[in-house]
Amino acid sequence: MAVSYRILTDPLVDKNPVTVNILGICSALAVTTSMSTALTMCVALTAVLAASAACISLIRHHIPTSIRIIVQITIIASLVIVADQVLQAFAFEMSQRLSVFVSLIATNCIVLGRTEAFALHNPVGPSVLDGLGNGLGYSAVLLIVAAIRELFGSGSLFGFGILPLVADGGWYQPMRLMLLAPSAFIILGLLVWAVRAARPEQAEAPEFESRKQERAVET
Amino acid sequence: MIELFQRSIFEENLALSFFLGMCTFLAVSKRFETALGVGAALIVVQTISVPLNQALNQYLLSRGGLAWLGLPDVDLSFMRLITFIGIVAGLVQIIEMSLDRYMPALYRSLGIYLPLLAINCAIIGGSLFMVERQYTFAESAVYGVGTGIGWALAIVALAAIRERMRYANVPKGLEGLGIAFIVTGLMSMGFSAFAGVRVL
Repeated sequence: MAVSYRILTDPLVDKNPVTVNILGICSALAVTTSMSTALTMCVALTAVLAASAACISLIRHHIPTSIRIIVQITIIASLVIVADQVLQAFAFEMSQRLSVFVSLIATNCIVLGRTEAFALHNPVGPSVLDGLGNGLGYSAVLLIVAAIRELFGSGSLFGFGILPLVADGGWYQPMRLMLLAPSAFIILGLLVWAVRAARPEQAEAPEFESRKQERAVET
Repeated sequence: MIELFQRSIFEENLALSFFLGMCTFLAVSKRFETALGVGAALIVVQTISVPLNQALNQYLLSRGGLAWLGLPDVDLSFMRLITFIGIVAGLVQIIEMSLDRYMPALYRSLGIYLPLLAINCAIIGGSLFMVERQYTFAESAVYGVGTGIGWALAIVALAAIRERMRYANVPKGLEGLGIAFIVTGLMSMGFSAFAGVRVL
């Protein structure tokens, strides 16, 4: 029980796919202009991740090693097509707003990375848990970034006004920059800083000897 | 055409305004030379794959695309993603093998970066944007070259900045990934200043 609990919770902070392993950044930044797009993306990614982990783990003894990548990509791409079609059928407007980024789950390194690193060597149960855990870790980062961007960029969360805008007679002047690309990079950079400040063991070692000595003197 | 070319390099830069190919972008931008290699490989793949996918999409996958076979009602557009991925992966493999055969020197310098590009989202994303915006064959050729050059420009610039940064005293915890994000953010802000600039 404790082991499966660890598998599920480790990727949330300690082994977070986005902040620690730099996986899946493309979509993490592009869909975070509002909470609702981010949440849709999180659900889609977590579903694809858990389902592909289950499929690949089921047939792991039958995949020849030499063609495993192409088998995994085919399975993942098929599942992504299913997710995309479901979104188009039941939430057409949302799928228009997400534009090409739902399809790009197929090339999201988190999915291939997890199936390659975990699902290929583990039974179905733990693989699904690992998929869910990584999906949730990714979702946590996405929702934090999206909350900051939507709150300061348009004064709302999930489309509901939180800060009264100047345009509606309130006091808050929305920061347009928050909705543009640069702020996404900067917020994620600061988030990585915050996580590494809280978990110093994740920080990267300085590249040069002289800097290491400096650091040793400082600390 | 020139406007589209220029827009795809600067204003709609795949890396800096659509966040595509970020994994490779951050992972291989530590050294200037490697960044140059990946950038060149991406330009080659993108230049071939976008027009190729456009032709495939128009004559095989889109609604009514199979009319020349006498099947006007067939709609294979749900197969688009998996076809594009197959095409790109195959293309990368072919380029790698033909480079190895005919240009061994170039293969040794580019070869190790080519497989990385097989599932790079900048390439798949470029093809998907091409479909979404309904470019013609000529436009998609221009778009392919332009986005390739734009992405290469961005990664080479970031690598050059990161090489300088190794001597800088970055706060602990922000080193490496964190500062790379912030630099990319500032670069992206710079590139957004190209919005609206027209050559002609």
